[in-house]
Amino acid sequence: MTADPAAFRFVSTNRRVREDRRFVAGHGQYVADVALEGMLHVAVLSSPHPAARIVSIDASAALAMPGVHYVLTGDELAAATDPLMNGLDTPLVQRHPLAVGQVRYAGEWVAAVVADNRALAEDAVENVDVRYEPLPFVISAEEALKPDSPPVHSAHGSNVLLDRTFVWGEVDKHFAESSRQLSFRVTWGRSSTVPIETFGVAASWDPWREMLDVWASIQMPKYPDQIARALRIPANGVRVHQDVDVGGSYGVKRGIKQTVLVAHLARRLGRPVRLIEDRLENMGGGDAHGPDRIFDVEVAFNDDGIVKSMKMRALDNAGAYAGRAPFQLGKPIGAIVGPYRIESVQYRAQSVTTNKAVQEAVRGFGQAPTNYAIETAIDKVAASLGLDRIEVRRRNFIRKEQFPYLIPSGSTYDSGDYHTVVDKVLAHIDFAALEKERDRLRGEGLLAGIGIAACLEPSGGNSAFEPLLNEKNTTTTWMDSCRINIDGLGFVTVTIHTTSSGQGHETLVATVIGEVLQIEPDLIRVVRPDSLACLPSNTPVGSRMAIMLGGAAFHAAQKLKTKLTRIGAHQFGLGEDKVIYAAGAVTDPRGGKQLGWAEIVNIAHRNYHLLPEGMEPGLESTHVMQVPTGERLPKDGRVQMYPCHSFEFHVVLMAIDPELGKPEIRRYVIGHDCGTVINPHIVKGMTLGGIAHGLGAALLEEFVYNGEGQLITQSFMDYLLPSAHEVPEVEIVHHCTPSPFTVFGQKGSGESGYLGAPAAISAAVNDCVASLGISFNKLPIRISAIGDAIAEAQQPKPQEHAT
Amino acid sequence: MKPAPFDYVRPGSLAEACRLLAADEDARLIAGGQTLVPMLAMRLARPAKLIDILRLPELAGIRQEKGAVIVGATTRQAQAERDPVIRAAVPMLARVLPWVGHPPTRNRGTIGGSIANADPSAEIPLVAVTLSADIVLSSADGARSIAADDFFMEPMVTALRHGECVSAVRFPVWSHKRVGVGFFEISARRSDFAFVSAAAQVALDEEGRCIDVALGLGGVGDRPLRLDVSSLVATDLNAASVAEAVNAVLAEVEPTSDLHASAAYRRRVGVTLCIRALEQARANAAAISRESAR
Amino acid sequence: MKVDLRINGAVRSAEVEPRKTLLDALRENFLLCGTHAGCEHGVCGACTVLIDGEPVRSCLMFAVQADGYEITTIEGLAPAPGELSVIQDAFCETHGLQCGYCTSGMILAADALLRQTLSPTREEIAEAISGNICRCTGYGQIIEAVQFAADRLRKANTPRPHHGVHAAQAEHDAPVEGVLEAAEADEPVAEAK
Repeated sequence: MTADPAAFRFVSTNRRVREDRRFVAGHGQYVADVALEGMLHVAVLSSPHPAARIVSIDASAALAMPGVHYVLTGDELAAATDPLMNGLDTPLVQRHPLAVGQVRYAGEWVAAVVADNRALAEDAVENVDVRYEPLPFVISAEEALKPDSPPVHSAHGSNVLLDRTFVWGEVDKHFAESSRQLSFRVTWGRSSTVPIETFGVAASWDPWREMLDVWASIQMPKYPDQIARALRIPANGVRVHQDVDVGGSYGVKRGIKQTVLVAHLARRLGRPVRLIEDRLENMGGGDAHGPDRIFDVEVAFNDDGIVKSMKMRALDNAGAYAGRAPFQLGKPIGAIVGPYRIESVQYRAQSVTTNKAVQEAVRGFGQAPTNYAIETAIDKVAASLGLDRIEVRRRNFIRKEQFPYLIPSGSTYDSGDYHTVVDKVLAHIDFAALEKERDRLRGEGLLAGIGIAACLEPSGGNSAFEPLLNEKNTTTTWMDSCRINIDGLGFVTVTIHTTSSGQGHETLVATVIGEVLQIEPDLIRVVRPDSLACLPSNTPVGSRMAIMLGGAAFHAAQKLKTKLTRIGAHQFGLGEDKVIYAAGAVTDPRGGKQLGWAEIVNIAHRNYHLLPEGMEPGLESTHVMQVPTGERLPKDGRVQMYPCHSFEFHVVLMAIDPELGKPEIRRYVIGHDCGTVINPHIVKGMTLGGIAHGLGAALLEEFVYNGEGQLITQSFMDYLLPSAHEVPEVEIVHHCTPSPFTVFGQKGSGESGYLGAPAAISAAVNDCVASLGISFNKLPIRISAIGDAIAEAQQPKPQEHAT
Repeated sequence: MKPAPFDYVRPGSLAEACRLLAADEDARLIAGGQTLVPMLAMRLARPAKLIDILRLPELAGIRQEKGAVIVGATTRQAQAERDPVIRAAVPMLARVLPWVGHPPTRNRGTIGGSIANADPSAEIPLVAVTLSADIVLSSADGARSIAADDFFMEPMVTALRHGECVSAVRFPVWSHKRVGVGFFEISARRSDFAFVSAAAQVALDEEGRCIDVALGLGGVGDRPLRLDVSSLVATDLNAASVAEAVNAVLAEVEPTSDLHASAAYRRRVGVTLCIRALEQARANAAAISRESAR
Repeated sequence: MKVDLRINGAVRSAEVEPRKTLLDALRENFLLCGTHAGCEHGVCGACTVLIDGEPVRSCLMFAVQADGYEITTIEGLAPAPGELSVIQDAFCETHGLQCGYCTSGMILAADALLRQTLSPTREEIAEAISGNICRCTGYGQIIEAVQFAADRLRKANTPRPHHGVHAAQAEHDAPVEGVLEAAEADEPVAEAK
């Protein structure tokens, strides 16, 4: 659908995000705010070793302490529950919430202590005596690839979880034909989104109703299903309370191991049990780390800088268990050529186990690291030819008239106008003036440079990458839903069927429904029922909610609008195409007679005799929606992944004092096209927040393991989160290329900024130091590394002596 | 991250606090708690008893004596930041305080607490060492004074004996008319502990020649270092002399290497920051006109 | 140990272990859950409360240390149930939050800043909130919220609140545009014609 924003009443207008109100008053309800009578508290004992056999666990001293109720070990939990689900077909890589028989990373959870309060539980943890027999371990992904590396899972036989090569198009032929090639390596350091609220879960088992109630800081598809499976109880015996506010997630709050642990304890002890991770548990063993990836890239191009073909090997360090890591190699396949017309691609996805903590789904699900690799390629192509980096991108961009555009790996990009976005950004900046500013900074003795990045945000997420990487998986259904009820007094209540972690879904849905029904959105109440009262939802992942929740709300509202129209038309004795619906009232255009909202509602609820034949009474509608375009299984290694593709273009001016090596962003501009914007505040927030995350990944944040397999960045003293001093003021330039697949032309924006900022910031640093003949190919780029590289490059070269 | 259990006591006098401290091997003092409480939360410190000295009147207050400013140990960093006596008489301390932690940590954190914590990258110990301050230590037996240089021994390790409490810091005040300070630090984020920091104080005569100089370097070793650049006295602190003096004195320093910065970085940037700090101090002193200096 | 704390203008008492932080006491003993735990080691600022009007990390104070101060939590800012203060409303106007977890601390830090100055520069705002980490917003709309609130307060026809303002900041207390001098006077003043 194409949509003219001027035609909207509520969509795209300046409306407050209604959720904000409760939070500014301190009245959010997070999981730690949920008080259950008789609740007990859990603290966890973690492994000090990266790999070790568990010889014995002696909890007797802990159990003797006052206020301590229970100590749960991995063996007991594994006997009572099923292992956590794997995505790949790797049945011998088993994962349990508590280590069974051996520990596989330093920080892995070994035992859980339950006590009257958290402090007592922590005291007792110190008195659980665990004996270990250290085993060989491996930390580096390249080491783990070697056949003689110690396998993290000996039953699996090796450390290779996935090693699959895709060839889309005539890669070898294109390489042979091309006049130029280059190759390089870049490394994306292990970082994550690290929300300020850790993961927490409380559970309560009611043996009389045979019902498990769960409250959690959760953002996870199929959460109730996976709980039920693990605990071996019917899925309709699990009730997840979705009105719990989540203190940030950006993908990673999938605490299924925490939940199974706590649910088992609640059932076992007959009392509600709660685990709120403390920061150390969260960082070391919460299993919410992100991609940890080495890219080896080759591109084939011609003298004009047109890139014809690309070979990419992505080697990802999954950590000790599979988690979501392997699929984070698969999702980028849906935009493997970025915004470019690259004709063929060879992509080798390798995922290996090592003795590090486990990865979870991080914002973008592997797209940001992949964009870093692709954008580095484009910059290097430009440099090798002495061409301008923006010009090379322009030449390679898919052109506006080429959409919908099928990429070699099987996805079709819905719409875009990359050239116009770039034009707008450059006009906004006055690029010539920016270059002058760069030169002026250089004139002052600083190293200065401009970083450029262009990338896509595939949105409307489904799980098409799963059947692609695991043929046994035949999932093509990815749903979302909305239910609307207009009550007997004419008030509107809407249910949505997932949790929210700050994306403003209640506002989104009220705006969409208000737009369709032409009634004031602020009069629409949006609630989140528990999972048993919910329609299907696959939750906010893959930047999907504007598309899916917006779509479901739209269609449900359309059904009601039709019903209201029909009721009104029936009173006038006319067909529904002969009357006009406007602002909640139905008018007979011939005589001007009108039935208002209250009257139509009254008829629907009270005057059955006035309803059209066969019409259900009341005013209720539901819609369950499938992801547009994503309904087929892969074929020949190709698949249609997400339906919609937003676009972003970053320009960063950076200065570095050569003596200090500290990069400072002097200007940050992003061009952003996510189609029709439903709420401008929400989209702006996503973009600015995404850039801050990207800045952290590029310059500050890393989970660092030392040679002994210990995580040395385990608290916020060493894992550095950007503060208001580090994040620059960002200018956003908008463009709107609507999607043909969505009801208002909206695309997703939940990952915006993060997908391109690391590439842009890294490119800016490299542009600063290019004149010294150095570059950085690993994120994060630390000040000390910059300083040392500059100093070394500035050393006078030793004289050559004739012999 | 809950601390291990401890008893808490709030004595009414410094003498009582010291007695309590001396009587118990496992007791520790708490004032602002900004560095102690995180250690308790991570169970890196497990005192059996905390003795709260934050409200002791003997430890409060800033007073000026001849040639010195005595800062009571429990003076909050935020308080010191605003204090007109410190601004006028100990400008180096006023200069660095905005770089110490964040506003909320400066609202509770104390001058004495930072001194007692002895983090080699911390700004307040750097100032104490650079200015050759004295640390006043009180115990049940009375008080003693120790040069800052001798007080800081290793990372987080000081010359405090058990039963002693930092009760004040005595900052010497330069009586010269034209005094300027300079300070630079480099850290990953503003307000993190610095990888390297340099603090300088310079006094100029009416012709712009250096009559006194103090230079200190933090973050490069076990403790903040006072660097001997006395060769700069009687020079006009031109760039070449400064660079030569700084390079010479830093050649003997052996910086540490860690996740955040290499030893090479610390040494090299140490030189840069020392030079810049001296130049900034010189410029600030020179800006005090000869008219007002008379 | 028994503690008597003055929280949001009322004296509240509780029996706590010495090791219980002010943060945990506020949440568990006094059921004031608007103050949040993010790191428990004094870095993220989600636990920020005001102690005598100044932002402090409540995870770095023990409840037994917190007597004798005026403690203000986020719950103490709303003028009445269902009403928002100017600063709270400003955060809603600019969408200066998303998940809300850091928001209590941010708003209190902003509140303290705006009692020091009603014309903060962007740099001063960044410094005031530098001890509060946000992972959602990238700070842009938070800074806009503080600027918006400052603008509204400058133009407000209501007296400036005085909580624990330092003597050294007295120059900022002079009435600014739109503030009725009557609010500053001890004696009733006849309305201007």
